[in-house]
Amino acid sequence: MISHIVILPVIWPLLLGALLLLLQKQSLQVLRIVSISSVSVLVLLAGWLLSIVNSGEILVYVLGNWAPPFGIVLVADRLAAWMLIITALVSWCALVYAVRGTDTVGPHFHVLFQLQLFGLNGAFLTGDLFNLFVFFEILLLASYGLLLHGGGRLRTMAGLHFVIINLVGSTLFLFAVGTLYGLLGTLNMADLAVKVANTPVEDIALIRTAGLLLFAVFALKTALLPLYLWLPAAYAHTSAPVAALFAIMTKVGAYCILRVYTLIFGEQAGPIADLIEPWLLPLALATLIAGVLGVLASTYLRQQVAYLVVASVGMLLIAFGINTSAGIAAGLYYLPHSTFAAAAFFLLADSIVNRRGEMSDRFEPGLIMVHQRIVGTLFFIVAILIAGLPPLSGFVGKFLILQAALSHAALSWIMTIVLITSLFTIIALARSGSLLFYRAQAPEATHTTADDHIQPIITSHGISGLAIPVCLLALCVALMVWAGAITEFAQATANQLLQPDDYIQSVLGTGK
Amino acid sequence: MEALVTILIGTLTACGVYLALRGRTFPVVLGLTFLSYAVNLFLLVMGRLTVGKPPIIVDGITEYADPLPQALVLTAIVISFAMTAFVIVLSLKAHLEMGNDHVDGKHKP
Repeated sequence: MISHIVILPVIWPLLLGALLLLLQKQSLQVLRIVSISSVSVLVLLAGWLLSIVNSGEILVYVLGNWAPPFGIVLVADRLAAWMLIITALVSWCALVYAVRGTDTVGPHFHVLFQLQLFGLNGAFLTGDLFNLFVFFEILLLASYGLLLHGGGRLRTMAGLHFVIINLVGSTLFLFAVGTLYGLLGTLNMADLAVKVANTPVEDIALIRTAGLLLFAVFALKTALLPLYLWLPAAYAHTSAPVAALFAIMTKVGAYCILRVYTLIFGEQAGPIADLIEPWLLPLALATLIAGVLGVLASTYLRQQVAYLVVASVGMLLIAFGINTSAGIAAGLYYLPHSTFAAAAFFLLADSIVNRRGEMSDRFEPGLIMVHQRIVGTLFFIVAILIAGLPPLSGFVGKFLILQAALSHAALSWIMTIVLITSLFTIIALARSGSLLFYRAQAPEATHTTADDHIQPIITSHGISGLAIPVCLLALCVALMVWAGAITEFAQATANQLLQPDDYIQSVLGTGK
Repeated sequence: MEALVTILIGTLTACGVYLALRGRTFPVVLGLTFLSYAVNLFLLVMGRLTVGKPPIIVDGITEYADPLPQALVLTAIVISFAMTAFVIVLSLKAHLEMGNDHVDGKHKP
């Protein structure tokens, strides 16, 4: 049993997704219970896996017992387990919020949700490049369904763009994978790492091309400048729980960048070492600027949060782009923070949309909303969190990243851009907060008619809708309270990533 | 034969890129289909072009065709087929909801 723990987070949601499909005729209540208990089990599984790999052990699961590098392997190291637990936690919160009404507006929400988790967990655990492509397709196909869930003109339009650009991305991925296979004759990541380090001189240019093509694909998934344009519309127009779940989607690309460019094209890759180093940091800084400009220019709250996701991607990749163990560790601390904070903000924005009737979440003074003080306080806390002000985890994350940047040659650029964009984020969020809350007018006689124009999604005005954003905030507080232990873990993870020999030995050593 | 296949892949890719950049959904879907044809051929060629060689072990034979690209291509074909079907349905949905087939949902004279 213990040896099968690695594959459990992958097949569990697949089996439950199939089961949910069989249960379609049952009442919604049954589906909800099955779905939520499935994700709860995933949280426990991910926690268990994390506690096992925390010792530094790298678990390798050889599918079908085909000895690597010939078969497909699943590999669980610290990074994979860290991503799994973040995914499980954020998806649990999104799902619990979704059962308040989002899952009633269209069929198969729970099935798609489980399949999405199947794809995500598979992408984090696989040790094979082509298998990574397959899991990408699974998570994307499920995400198309979730993105379009509920329908509506704007959602369809944003969905069409999202689907087309991701299909082009998949094609590029296949070109890159094909080139690597054609030249090196393997797709196992550990084996690729060994072979890339011994590339013959005449193949260097082609391998570099394939590596940079892969980077373009991952940059597209991460929403790195100039490939971020699909994100704001897609995230702003989808339903809130889906947007909250999608907070982890951009991190899949970041995970792949970290994995592939430390393992295969890392320091020890001989002639192709540090392939993307000249690209990653400048692009990340530019993404941060573009994201914050979008935050400043947004005309409604959900769009603003979507641009905050772009900015957080920039911040995260700055940390990875510093390319030292301190930088990567800072990024690994910032990653869960930005995921939880963005998810909380999307859910809170949904509560605000529901409370403002036909004003929706446009930045115009409207009527005072129900539970104005509680919603306003939550908005204030989330804004502090996401802008990176003390004392919450956003500050710790940004502080760690800037501390890691101290030894970097481009220190002045990083400092200037990060600090100025932080200031602009605070200004933009203060402006949105004051327009949404301070300048709201007392309700008049028209209040009841305004209530009739609430969006068709059936979500109650109850205070219970705020419980999940609070839950996500509690996770961020936990990140801050246990910052010491978590940064230690992140540091160990970064060290493990920068010494890929262990990974390679673990994978290629099995079955021999 | 290599030159012929290379030119074929290049032409398909060029057509695919051109069509994918068009403003209406039908050419875009066609372009994506061309791109997936091109990449499927590309994957197949990555096992090197061989004629009349067995892909699985046979007694007394030393030269084999690489069987892995064929498996990869099969996976890629299935996935791109499903994706094409999906994007066609989505384009129809967008056409019905927007009243036109522009990718941005805008009327163009």
